[in-house]
Amino acid sequence: MTTLKHSVEAEHHHGPAKGLSRWFYTTNHKDIGSMYLWFSFAMFLTGGCMALMIRAELFQPGLQLIQPDFFNQMTTMHGLIMVFGAVMPAFVGLANWMIPMMIGAPDMALPRMNNWSFWILPFAFAMMLSTLFMAGGAPNFGWTFYAPLSTTYAPPSVTFFIFAVHMMGISSIMGAINIIATILNLRAPGMTMMKLPLFVWTWLITAFLLIAVMPVLAGVVTMMLMDIHFGTSFFNAAGGGDPVLFQHVFWFFGHPEVYIMILPAFGIVSEIIPTFARKRLFGYASMVYATASIAFLSFIVWAHHMFTVGMPLVGEVFFMFSTMLIAVPTGVKVFNWVATMFRGSMTFETPMLFALAFVVLFTIGGFSGLMLAIAPADFQYHDTYFVVAHFHYVLVPGAVFSIMAGAYYWLPKWTGNMYSEALGKWHFWLSFVGVNITFFPMHFIGLAGMPRRIPDYALQFADFNAIASVGAFIFGFSQLLFLYIVIRCIRGGDKATDEVWEDPEGLEWTVASPAPYHTFSEPPLVK
Amino acid sequence: MRAIIHSLLLASWLFPCAAFADWGLNMPPGVTEISQAVFDLHMTIFWICVAIGVLVFSIMLWSIIHHRKSRGAKAHNFHENTLVEILWTVIPFFILVGMAVPATATLVKMYSTSDADIDIKVTGYQWKWRYEYLGEDLDFFSSLSTPREQINNSEEKSENYLLEVDNPLVIPVGKKVRFLFTANDVIHSWWVPAFAVKKDAIPGFINESWTVVNEPGIYRGQCAELCGKDHGFMPIVVEVKAEADYQQWLADAKAAKQTASDAATQDWSMEQLMAKGEQVYNTACAVCHQANGEGLPGVFPGLKGSAIALGDPAAHIDVVVNGKAGTAMQAFRDQLSAVELAAVITYERNAWGNNVGDMVTPAQIAAEKQ
Repeated sequence: MTTLKHSVEAEHHHGPAKGLSRWFYTTNHKDIGSMYLWFSFAMFLTGGCMALMIRAELFQPGLQLIQPDFFNQMTTMHGLIMVFGAVMPAFVGLANWMIPMMIGAPDMALPRMNNWSFWILPFAFAMMLSTLFMAGGAPNFGWTFYAPLSTTYAPPSVTFFIFAVHMMGISSIMGAINIIATILNLRAPGMTMMKLPLFVWTWLITAFLLIAVMPVLAGVVTMMLMDIHFGTSFFNAAGGGDPVLFQHVFWFFGHPEVYIMILPAFGIVSEIIPTFARKRLFGYASMVYATASIAFLSFIVWAHHMFTVGMPLVGEVFFMFSTMLIAVPTGVKVFNWVATMFRGSMTFETPMLFALAFVVLFTIGGFSGLMLAIAPADFQYHDTYFVVAHFHYVLVPGAVFSIMAGAYYWLPKWTGNMYSEALGKWHFWLSFVGVNITFFPMHFIGLAGMPRRIPDYALQFADFNAIASVGAFIFGFSQLLFLYIVIRCIRGGDKATDEVWEDPEGLEWTVASPAPYHTFSEPPLVK
Repeated sequence: MRAIIHSLLLASWLFPCAAFADWGLNMPPGVTEISQAVFDLHMTIFWICVAIGVLVFSIMLWSIIHHRKSRGAKAHNFHENTLVEILWTVIPFFILVGMAVPATATLVKMYSTSDADIDIKVTGYQWKWRYEYLGEDLDFFSSLSTPREQINNSEEKSENYLLEVDNPLVIPVGKKVRFLFTANDVIHSWWVPAFAVKKDAIPGFINESWTVVNEPGIYRGQCAELCGKDHGFMPIVVEVKAEADYQQWLADAKAAKQTASDAATQDWSMEQLMAKGEQVYNTACAVCHQANGEGLPGVFPGLKGSAIALGDPAAHIDVVVNGKAGTAMQAFRDQLSAVELAAVITYERNAWGNNVGDMVTPAQIAAEKQ
C-alpha cells in the first residue's frame, strides 16, 4: 500500500516528458486532447482545400480545372475527411481536454487506450489519402458510398478505403468507451448526474450513439469487402442481393452519425450562452431530456434519406412522421437558448458571437430539415443542392462554429493567455459572411433544380454558383486567420485569470490558467 | 388558419417569385396536379418555418439589443417554468400534425399507380436512359446531345446546355402514363421537376411512378443519383404532345426502326463502315474509352493496341454485343443496331494505328445476336 501511494505521488510530480516521445507515449488527457485538436485542424484544412477545388470548378459552367472522375474523388474525400477527420476528432479533442476538468477527475478513465485511439487516426487517414495516388484514383462514389457503385463499379482503391474506415471506427469506439467510463466512474464527490455540465451530458449521450452505430458502419463496409473480394452478393441483385439493403444499413449508421456531430455542439453552446448572458441556463433538465429524445429518435428516422428508393407507402409515412417529431425536442433546445438570453446581461466576446451565429444558422438548417421531412416535397428536394445547403448549414455554422466557439472559450484556460479579441472578431465576421454567401444561394439553385454531385451544370444555375464559389474562398482563407490567432495565443498575450470570464460556472474555471499538467489529483467537493 | 395560409401563399406568389423569376429562386409549380400539390406543401411548410423563425429570431434580436451589459442590463435570475416548457413542446407538435395531414394525402395520391393508359419502362445505364413503350414495339436510348466542344469551352454554350438529348421521351397530353424504373448497372434516379416525379432506378428491382401532364411542351430533368463519372451528363427530356401528334410520332418512330433494320441487309464498304463507326464510337464508347482510344488508366481500359481489338474478331464482337459481367462494360446488343455494331467494331479494329485490316459485317453481328 505504501509503495503504491509512493509511486502515485511520484507520478504527480512528473511533468511532461521531453521531445517527441512525449507525444507518442503520452497518456495525459490534455496532451491527447491537444493532439486530437491539431489533427482535426489539419484535416479541416485538407478537406477544405478539396472543397475549394470543387467550388473553383463550379465557378463557371463547363469543365475548366478538373475532370469529372477527379471531381467525384474530391466530393467523396471532402465528405469523408470533414466528417471523420475534422468534426468528430475535434469533439473528441474537446472531450479529452474538458470532461475530466469539468467533472473533477484527474484524467480519463482509460489513459493508455486513449493514446491508442488517437494514434490510430493519423494512420487511418494516411491510408485514406494515399488512395489519391493509386491507379484508378481515390474512392469516387460519394461519402455515402452507395452500392453497387462502390462495389462492382468501384476503383481498386476501395479496399484501402474500407480498411481506413475500419480503423476510424475502432478509434471512435475506444474513444466512446473511454468517455462513458470516465463520466460514470470518475465524477468528483457530490457531482451527481443532474449536476453534470451540459457538455458532459451531451457527450455521454453521443458516446452511446457511437458505440451503437460504429459497429453497423463496420458491418456495412465488411459486407462490401465480401462482395468485392469473396464472391458474396449482399448488394448485388444478380446474385440475390439488394442494393437498397446497403442504404438501409448505411443510414442506420448514418443518421445517428449526424447527431454524433451535433449533440456535443449543443453542449458547447449551452455552456457558452449562460456565461456571456450572465444568467443560468433556462431549463437544464429539459435540455438533458431533449438531448436524450433526439438521440432516441435518431434511431428510427434513417429511411428519410431514402424517400425515393421506392419504399411502401406505410414506410414513407412512418419515416415522415418520426422525422417531423425531431423538430419538437430540437425546438425545445432553441427556445431554451433564447430564453437564457432573454433578460440577461449580454456581452459579445468571440465565443459568444460564434454561439449566437450557431443558434441562428443551425435553426435555419433545422428549418430546411423540417421541409425535407415532408416526403412528397422531398421528391423535389432529394439529391439537389437544397440538401447540400441543408446539411452544410447544420454542419458548418452548426458543428464547426460550435467547435470554434469552444476553442475560443477554453483557449485561455489551455494556454494561460488571452487570444486577441480584435482578431477573433475579424475571424468571426469573415467566417459568418463567408459561410452565408457560400451556402445560402445553394437553397435557391437546389429548388430551381440543380442536382448535387455534378461537375458541370446548365446555364440557369450559373449566377448563384459563382456567388457560392466566392463565398467559399472567403470562408476558406479566413480559417488561416484562426490558425494565426491560436498560435499567437499559445506564444503569449495578456495573462488569463483562473476564471477567465466573468463568473463562469463549472469546475474547469477553479483550476489555474494555464491548466497544470495534472489537475484534480485531489477530487474537489461539489456542493 | 386556412385563410392565413392562403394569404401567405398569395403573398409568396406576388413577391419573391415575380421579382426573382429569372434568377430561379424557388421550386417551379410544375404542370401536373401532383406537382402543384407538392408546390403548395412546399410553400406552406416554408411559411410556417418563416413565421417561427421571425418569432424566435426577433426575441433573440430584442435580447441582443436591449439586454446587453453595455446598456446596463442586469441579469434576471428566472429559470424553468413548467407552463412555458409544456407550451413550447405542445404547440410545435400540433403545427406538425397540421402539416402531416395534407402531406400524407398527397403521398397517397402519388402512390396510386393503377389504371394507367400507357406503360413505359425506363432503364438507367451509365450514362443514358432507355425507354421501352410496353405493348408497342418501340424501344430506344436517349443520351446527351450537347457537343463535347461546348463542355470543354471551345464552343459557345447553347440555350439548353447539358439539358438536351438525341431521342427525347414522347408522351401524350392528358393521359395517365405509368413509369417502371430499373437500371442496368448502378443506381440512377429519374427526375423531371415539372412533373414532381423522382424515383430511383435500381438494378434488379422495379419501381413505379406515374404522371398526367396537362400542357403540351418540352420538359427537362436530370439524373439525381450519383452514378459515376458522367452522372452530370445524363439529362432527361420529355416531349408532351397532343394525342394526334403522339400517334403520328409513334408511327414515324416505328417506321424509322424498320428502315434501320433493313440497312443491315445492304452491302457496306470499309470506308462507309469506318465513317459510321467513328460517329457511333464517339457517342457510345468515347465517354469511357476516350476519343483517342487510350481509355482512363486504372479506370477504363484503352482499346488502342489492346489484345481484344487486335485479336480474334469473334471475341471482339462478343465483348461489345454481350458486355463483360461485373465490369462497367455494358452489353450493346439492344443499344445499337447491327449496322452500328459492325461499324463501331470495324472502327475500333482499324483506328488509332490498330490497323488489323479486317472488316466486320452487319451479317456477322446479326448471327451473333441470335
